[in-house]
Amino acid sequence: MRSKADSGTQLQLGGRTWGSRLIVGTGGFRSLEAMERALVASGTEIVTVALRRVDSRARGSALEVIDGLGLFALPNTAGCYTARDAVRTAHLAREAFETDWIKLEVIGDDRTLFPDAVELIDAAQQLVHEGFTVLPYTNDDPILARRLEDTGCAAVMPLGSPIGSGMGIRNPYNIQIIVERASVPVVLDAGIGTPSDAALAMELGCDGVLLSSSVARAKEPERMAGAMRQAVEAGYAARRAGRIPRKLHAQASTADEGLPDLG
Amino acid sequence: MIIELNGQSVELPAGATVADAVMEAGADGGSRGVAVAVDGEVIRRAEWGKTKLRSDQSVEVVRAVQGG
Repeated sequence: MRSKADSGTQLQLGGRTWGSRLIVGTGGFRSLEAMERALVASGTEIVTVALRRVDSRARGSALEVIDGLGLFALPNTAGCYTARDAVRTAHLAREAFETDWIKLEVIGDDRTLFPDAVELIDAAQQLVHEGFTVLPYTNDDPILARRLEDTGCAAVMPLGSPIGSGMGIRNPYNIQIIVERASVPVVLDAGIGTPSDAALAMELGCDGVLLSSSVARAKEPERMAGAMRQAVEAGYAARRAGRIPRKLHAQASTADEGLPDLG
Repeated sequence: MIIELNGQSVELPAGATVADAVMEAGADGGSRGVAVAVDGEVIRRAEWGKTKLRSDQSVEVVRAVQGG
């Protein structure tokens, strides 16, 4: 296991230090047991949860599983379309989870689940003002990311492609620009389909990856969770190692000097 | 008195509190991950037993569920 003392590999987020750069959503798993095995395999320390009306017929408690594993439950505002609803949901989440951390989602429509930029900024401003640690799910728009950072968000979390689409990172150049400009952590949130997508996010310079469906809906979630963990670690290491530049033509890796003359 | 509890009309005895509504909704009020809003305003857990409900108020009782 990697030593926690290796601070170079740790994620600084919201004033806290985390040993894993992978954040996992808990939605979409076929059972709580499958979720638990996958969360363990992922090595994650932060998992997202939602709030919904109490259903007395529901069996088991996701939060009990999360608490039992000693993970940090990060509440989200999934399903909110307005700043007003998102702020109210954040207030409920603060009461339910005794945390002022919130994954802020304010979506524009149910077909794309793209964020509504205007409502998102409004909600972020209100919640930051109230002392929340705001982690906003945002478009892959460098200007919007900067505006969110300016409001005092603790991170920016641009989408790679639509939530649950598994389409990976549609616009790596925008993600690169967001990373270049950001002075808060950048977490690639949404669209991851397969481990190479997660590795690419990290190679582009993201500080972390948030994913859910790609693990929860995989044929074998536990195995996929382990693969995602390795991908995030590999991508992060590769970014630090520094990749070679792309070239149009070949560059021999074996020197010509000393080549024998075989007539 | 009739209140709206998680979108359903529910009859509660006069003088019922938020704690009574939480129980009526089927939530385990003692467990972490449960929160209540009355007419959109969050009621702190410590206030549940002291906060009396009035007719026609809208009460939302929510709990943690799996979600991305």
